[in-house]
Amino acid sequence: MKTLKIFGLIALVVTLGAFSGNLTSKYEGYAIGDIATDFSLKNVDGSMVSLSDYNEAKGFLVIFTCNTCPYSVTYEDRINALDAKYKSKGVPVIAINPNNPSKKPGDSFAKMKTRAAEKGFTFPYLLDEGQTVYPQYGATRTPHVFLLEKTANGNVVRYIGAIDDNYQSASKVDEKYVENAVDAMLARKEIKVTKTRAIGCTIKT
Amino acid sequence: MKHLLFLWSCSILLMVGCGEKSKSKETAQTHKEVAHAGVQMDENDPVKFPVYDYEGLKPLLYKDDGKTYIINFWATWCKPCIEELPYFEKVYEEQKGNNVELVLVSLDMPSMWKTRLEPFVEKKGLKGKVVILDDPKQNEWIPKIDEAWGGGIPATLIYNKNKRSFYERGFTYDELNDELNKFIN
Repeated sequence: MKTLKIFGLIALVVTLGAFSGNLTSKYEGYAIGDIATDFSLKNVDGSMVSLSDYNEAKGFLVIFTCNTCPYSVTYEDRINALDAKYKSKGVPVIAINPNNPSKKPGDSFAKMKTRAAEKGFTFPYLLDEGQTVYPQYGATRTPHVFLLEKTANGNVVRYIGAIDDNYQSASKVDEKYVENAVDAMLARKEIKVTKTRAIGCTIKT
Repeated sequence: MKHLLFLWSCSILLMVGCGEKSKSKETAQTHKEVAHAGVQMDENDPVKFPVYDYEGLKPLLYKDDGKTYIINFWATWCKPCIEELPYFEKVYEEQKGNNVELVLVSLDMPSMWKTRLEPFVEKKGLKGKVVILDDPKQNEWIPKIDEAWGGGIPATLIYNKNKRSFYERGFTYDELNDELNKFIN
């Protein structure tokens, strides 16, 4: 009977392994622990921004977002709040609009400037011109967060997914995925939830 | 040894499968409709479509009545969803004689139900059954619909009692017909 139980356990592990195998093979882009690429993209203030510009940073919240997606719009205030909370702790928000403005005129560079001014974005809001950065990260929708930790080996991906578990209302959030991940990272503790899913707008190519 | 392991994996899969099935039948009986608490609703003018959380939607994802179900996840704000909807409607019109049902699961936000969703469905004269999925705990229900779904829409589930496939992508008319034919032939 004991042998049977052990076989059952092995079978279960094998089965689960098969599932997670499917999951990772379906997605391209970064997995947790990968080194994320740096970039040089144009900010709404006209400057070029790279991760390597931030000498003092301990990490980054790279957030793929845009003007036009209703989910992104719902999260704008919460993205500002993340920057307010974590920039001073060494983890600034870097927002990137991955959409092709010729397919989505509402996400043009000019409209990005307007939106950043209206909402008082405190973080860089970059255009992924030519759409070369988001595919490397494996962003599939907006908003899509990648938490990076700066290490001697490069910027290591620590969390991928949603900002929290309730897009409709910040006051009804039970789990602040991103805040929990950044707090754990800064405290050198294990990040409990490293990947989450959410409905979002597909990136327009 | 390998064969034994394989058999065990299969039997575990089967057990899990059965568990899911009996559960879904249970929820079918307690068929739940939820009103959204966070949004001002006019009680005299409720939205015309059923509003479900995941548990409420689930019975529609596990029907065992010999029909083939096309479950399309969409929203009025999702441009590629809107672009593919006419193909779904056309395929449904042509294939409903073959026991095909079309369910259009709207992920529109509560503020859009009266202002955008209702006028859109009316204007386009949609024939598929429109239901609203209003469940903010997306990280919990997305993998329950399909383990590989990252959350992008459009996304479509096609199933009948023998076969089940999930697609996180858009469809053309021909592509949808080809996929559906794998279920009804």
